[in-house]
Amino acid sequence: MGFVNMNTIKKLLLLVLAAPAVAMASSGAHLDKAPYDLNDKASLQRGAKTFVNYCLNCHSASYMRYNRLKDIGLTDDQIKGNLMFAAEKVGQTMDVAMSKKDAKEFFGATPPDLTVIARSRGADWLYTYLRGFYRDESRPTGWNNAVFDKVGMPHVLYAMQGEQEMHVEKHGEHETKHLVMSKPGSMTTPEYDATVADLVNYLVYMGEPAQQTRMRLGVIVLLFLGVLFIVSYYLKKEFWKDIH
Amino acid sequence: MNSLTKMVGWIDERFPLTSNWKAHLSEYYAPKNFNFWYFFGSLAMLVLVLQIVTGIFLTMNYKPDTNLAFASVEYIMRDVPWGWLIRYMHSTGASAFFIVVYLHMMRGLMYGSYRKPRELIWIFGMLIYLALMAEAFMGYLLPWGQMSFWGAQVIINLFTAIPYIGPDLSVWIRGDYVIGDATLNRFFAFHVIAVPLVLVGLVAAHIIALHEVGSNNPDGIEIKKNKDPVTHIPLDGIPFHPYYSVKDIVGVVVFLMVFSAVVFFAPDLGGYFLEYNNFVPADPFKTPEHIAPVWYFTPFYAILRAVPPMFGSQFPGVIAMGVAVMILFFVPWLDRGNVKSIRYRGGIYKIALTLFVISFVGLGILGVLPSTPLYTIYAQILSVIYFAFFFLMPWYTKIDKTKPVPERVTG
Repeated sequence: MGFVNMNTIKKLLLLVLAAPAVAMASSGAHLDKAPYDLNDKASLQRGAKTFVNYCLNCHSASYMRYNRLKDIGLTDDQIKGNLMFAAEKVGQTMDVAMSKKDAKEFFGATPPDLTVIARSRGADWLYTYLRGFYRDESRPTGWNNAVFDKVGMPHVLYAMQGEQEMHVEKHGEHETKHLVMSKPGSMTTPEYDATVADLVNYLVYMGEPAQQTRMRLGVIVLLFLGVLFIVSYYLKKEFWKDIH
Repeated sequence: MNSLTKMVGWIDERFPLTSNWKAHLSEYYAPKNFNFWYFFGSLAMLVLVLQIVTGIFLTMNYKPDTNLAFASVEYIMRDVPWGWLIRYMHSTGASAFFIVVYLHMMRGLMYGSYRKPRELIWIFGMLIYLALMAEAFMGYLLPWGQMSFWGAQVIINLFTAIPYIGPDLSVWIRGDYVIGDATLNRFFAFHVIAVPLVLVGLVAAHIIALHEVGSNNPDGIEIKKNKDPVTHIPLDGIPFHPYYSVKDIVGVVVFLMVFSAVVFFAPDLGGYFLEYNNFVPADPFKTPEHIAPVWYFTPFYAILRAVPPMFGSQFPGVIAMGVAVMILFFVPWLDRGNVKSIRYRGGIYKIALTLFVISFVGLGILGVLPSTPLYTIYAQILSVIYFAFFFLMPWYTKIDKTKPVPERVTG
């Protein structure tokens, strides 16, 4: 390796790896860290319940099959009895009855499919977005959002969260914005945050149902390769012992 | 004579099995002083095989149809048994291929592996690199996400900048006035059969040329100059098999550990290997705010953006980008130094190569980021360094004060 300045290369590599993830969230708003835990099956089940009750009326999850929810500890009968409102067979995907054309007329844009939304937006964005709705009478729906300005979607969860208002304070040149609860909903703020965290947890799971399996398998694969490395290293050493 | 020897004898009378085995493995004498940098050739072949095998399995469930493509990829990720693993191996393999190939090319630049008599090996290698870029570019359209669509849009539009024939040429490439089903289908055809065939053929030519002249080494000296007078075996050579086959196994295992760490724990690698926006289905009516190509193209993309448009045309940038790739073909003739290896070069070449690496990596970083006036200036400076490395090479390699080269390889 001689001359090559490995330190320079390492520093540059670090710079790339530390650079902010590429174009994850479109707005520059501050995002709260989503407290989700894919190992928490109860949380995933609560999230699934919120999802099918509130999101799945307008948004589809067309690549997700109902019976995949067995992953999060549910049986076919539990899925059929509690979570399936728009499908007949448990092997069907989570589609919505509303046609794309109607949806575009109702909302101005077709509500996006949510199957992989956590992969394109990221958990933190979703967590902040779902808690970031505020009253804005200038909008056709009466709602706006702190991380998604002029969002087409009204605040579907307002009955739980209540209504927030955006307060703008001017300090000379700078202005600070923050959301203030103006009309409490059926839940306290910590309760609502927990509900959103469960929902985000579910969305992250749904974005890639195999991710838990993937990581479990990864540990085994790396352990195997570790053993193989030792064997191959000593094999090489044995073969090379007479080469000088 | 046992039955195995008998069978080999039977084959040898009909097919040059033993002679090929000897010529390419057991009696192919490679210099004994290969270092870390010499793992990446065999690793590139491993990744090629991985890509072909995983690609075949992906093809079994992928649908090259604009209405079905995105969903078929999610079908592979969810409903096909082990589909997620095959898909992640393929997507990670694409990036791994470029990492390995860039390190392999770096080795060539460090030790002068392109110098006489290895010019053709280098040219075959460059052709492999071109084919690899075409393969990666066309493969990236297939998942039919936003970045697939808009990345292809940006690149194909570059052809529009060519005077006179540009607009017609880009329509001819797309097979339509916009990127659509015709484009997706032809890219699929190129990605799964045309380009892989070319790649495999070029890899064979690369290796045949290498085994004809023999491998270079970190000292950049010809081991064939010092042969045993009786056996005619190079004194510094050792049979590729078993010595380098067992050594490469160690390299393969280490590579697979890094590869698996990505596949199993970070398959999107923070948006660098799988861009987040590519999880949004392609929408021709919605241009993403920031279109970035995948990391392995970003150095050239940064050069493209660094060149200001002239006469309202992006053509100069396109030319610069093209030259940035094609100039590498001429390296064997641009280098006028009297030694091959960096070990015996003077300070000027060492500085030049270091600056080149900095410019290439720096351009790669800038190509990922959205362009700002400041970043454009950085990209312009780094582009000048990038081109200066090649255009000034005949001059600085000649005046560089080199050290005497030893007769025999060193440790």
